[in-house]
Amino acid sequence: MELVLNIISMVLLAAGSLLLLIGGLGLLRFPDFYSRIQAAGITDTLCSIFILVGLMLQADSLPTGGKLLFTLLFLLFTAPTASHALAKAARHSKLDPWRPGEGGASSKR
Amino acid sequence: MLKYTVSLAVIMAIIWLLFSGMWTHPIIVPLGAASVLLTVYLATRMKIIDREGHPLHLLVPSLKYWPWLLMEISKSNLIVARHVLAGKNSINPRMARVKASQKTALGRTIFANSITLTPGTVTVHVRDNEIWFYALTEEIEQGLKDGEMDRRATEFEGES
Repeated sequence: MELVLNIISMVLLAAGSLLLLIGGLGLLRFPDFYSRIQAAGITDTLCSIFILVGLMLQADSLPTGGKLLFTLLFLLFTAPTASHALAKAARHSKLDPWRPGEGGASSKR
Repeated sequence: MLKYTVSLAVIMAIIWLLFSGMWTHPIIVPLGAASVLLTVYLATRMKIIDREGHPLHLLVPSLKYWPWLLMEISKSNLIVARHVLAGKNSINPRMARVKASQKTALGRTIFANSITLTPGTVTVHVRDNEIWFYALTEEIEQGLKDGEMDRRATEFEGES
């Protein structure tokens, strides 16, 4: 039983780390502000879910697991609020989405 | 009103016991009870204990909505991850709008937050029953416009 849990937890942690890497790569590769938010969305959602659930399986007591669970819940409630605030601020300052064919560094207006 | 006050106190007490892990300590446990009472008192004074601030009625429907949302999040995570690996020529960003058929502000918030939570789309503006969102590609835009998330969010909101 312990071995199975360890294996599941290891797989989840590895998958989460891979997604974190992809999210970071997307942050660098995507051309403009809005698309970079989407890359950050990967790290905000599935990546944190995988890593925190993986850690929950390693937790040795109920309080530790409970704290990890609530960390995850708070992340899932606050991350979209922060993303929305950023996107809304960008729209207010009239930043247009990147169009295919434009140059690379198009975070400028 | 009383219902929400009692349930807030019970939930706070459960969370406190869960986090502290101290169930029998003679000094710490009464202090925990005092902090629960103080929190409930402050929340009452702030007048945030109501149907919207403490949506008890969403507890059972959330058991159906959240697993579905989790599946959607996983699917769009993989889609966005593929676009990251394929590079910027694979994306075609756009602004679009979708109708939000929820009746309450809480329901619209749930829908708009779900849009933002799914990678590939971000809510940028909400006006009345319209939500402006940014979509990474045309397929992602169409996927949201199909209206399944809107329908499920309305169903989740229930008879408010």
